[in-house]
Amino acid sequence: MINSRFWLVLLPALLFIWFFFKNLGHPPVWSDEELKQIKSLSIIDLKPPPPDPTNLVSDNPQAARLGRELFFDKKLSNTGTIACASCHMPTQHFRDLLPKGFAIGEAQRRTPSIVGGAYSPWHYWDGRKDSQWSQALAPLERPLEHGGNRTYYARYVIENYKDQYDMLFGFAPDLSDSDRFPIHAAPVDDPEWNSAWQNMTVQDRNIINRVFANIGKSIAAYERLLLPGATRFDNYVEAQLTGDENVDFSYDEVEGLRLFIGRAQCIDCHNGPLLTNNEFHNTGIANAEGEIPDKGRVQGVRELLSDPFNCFSEFSDSPNNCSELSFVRAGSELIGAMKTPSLRTLKPPFMHKGQLATLNDVIHHYNEAPSAMIGHNEAKPLNLSRHELQQLKKFLLTLDSSMPIEPRWLITP
Amino acid sequence: MHRAYLLILLILSQEALATKALSVTYSSSIEPIAINVMHEWVLTIQSIDGNPITHADIVVEGGMPEHNHGLPTVPKVTKNLGNGRYLLQGIRFHMSGFWEMKITVKIEGDEHVVMFPLEL
Repeated sequence: MINSRFWLVLLPALLFIWFFFKNLGHPPVWSDEELKQIKSLSIIDLKPPPPDPTNLVSDNPQAARLGRELFFDKKLSNTGTIACASCHMPTQHFRDLLPKGFAIGEAQRRTPSIVGGAYSPWHYWDGRKDSQWSQALAPLERPLEHGGNRTYYARYVIENYKDQYDMLFGFAPDLSDSDRFPIHAAPVDDPEWNSAWQNMTVQDRNIINRVFANIGKSIAAYERLLLPGATRFDNYVEAQLTGDENVDFSYDEVEGLRLFIGRAQCIDCHNGPLLTNNEFHNTGIANAEGEIPDKGRVQGVRELLSDPFNCFSEFSDSPNNCSELSFVRAGSELIGAMKTPSLRTLKPPFMHKGQLATLNDVIHHYNEAPSAMIGHNEAKPLNLSRHELQQLKKFLLTLDSSMPIEPRWLITP
Repeated sequence: MHRAYLLILLILSQEALATKALSVTYSSSIEPIAINVMHEWVLTIQSIDGNPITHADIVVEGGMPEHNHGLPTVPKVTKNLGNGRYLLQGIRFHMSGFWEMKITVKIEGDEHVVMFPLEL
């Protein structure tokens, strides 16, 4: 009787002591080199976005105000029901929760977040655009996204935002002559709109293209303000640097971070304060069900180089200063490569077509590193234990943040 | 007679080049070299006896042997700065770790390859 009561008390006490010392045995002590790596991932190291010389109004607050209105304006669509914000939802860190974006119809890939986009030289999963303003134009004309055309948009914006437009870009052109400027015209798949566009003079097309580019430049000025906020991870880094021991970061989260910068090799591509190198990698993600494999960057570069709104174009405000586009890499090495997404504020599903439904699927995928369907998988198997994978996942969940932007920028004007 | 000497000298110099008797050095516009930053190098090319090589064609490739991929950019020599110096633009590394930069110098039909190891 005495013996069993004795064990009833002693056993939990022993277990507690064992747990206590087990965790003490792995204190979160970082080497100087590790601390340097960890700091490099923190928002403490995030500088203001690099200037965009191709967009003269990129840092103009009035342009950002106009851009915000356009970003939320559903009239900028063929149906009058789709705004940029319909898929880039402010409440969801400026993306949606679907495997593929859904506007007028289903898009080809998942909606990427635009938070922190001002830091990236490339936009879209395949980087087929080289500026935020040029990117903002493409969905407006895609049939299953906004589904409209540039001549309609140019007239709509000049009619409805005239004062703001004039103040930013000089007097808006007179588009009232519908013989010169049809209601619907653009170099798109729709045969009627395309034919109307081909019948316009080169000068008149350029007038429309200029207004269209300015719509993109205003939207980009707004999007530049969408920056990631501090996370529990960033607070932990700050505490490590200042010696503050009173910080909310569990043992498993610390060990997950250790894996992230170490054996799991996540930091190879998810580097810098935004946890992305903004470059393109083939990591053996399977094609979406029933689809042929996505060519990725190899096709994206082709489209980028022939894009009429790229950095070299006449609509760029600095066509002689394109350090990225001048030295861009093309070629077979980029077959199936997609842009590394930021890991700040993860939301399922994952990958360019939402092929991996959960974070567990993602970390298991990288642990196994299967062969790529096209091109070659740059990643190699990690051989992490199930417990280590869970630690990694717990760390990744510390990267959730709100945005540091003023709330007024996040709501419909 | 003189012509014969010149010919011998020419042959000798060609041989010297062919045996990689070149000195190639670089200086980077950012130091230390950081990842994800577009920057440029100045390459200085000299013969082994210190004479500047002023009219070389230069091709630069780079990559990470462990990851089996190249640079994210295609760096190019955009300017001959004279005196054996060449401006190499468009360099950006996108991952930390071990990189190799392969500089191929072509001089009058001869190719010389210099490898720079880099730990970022």
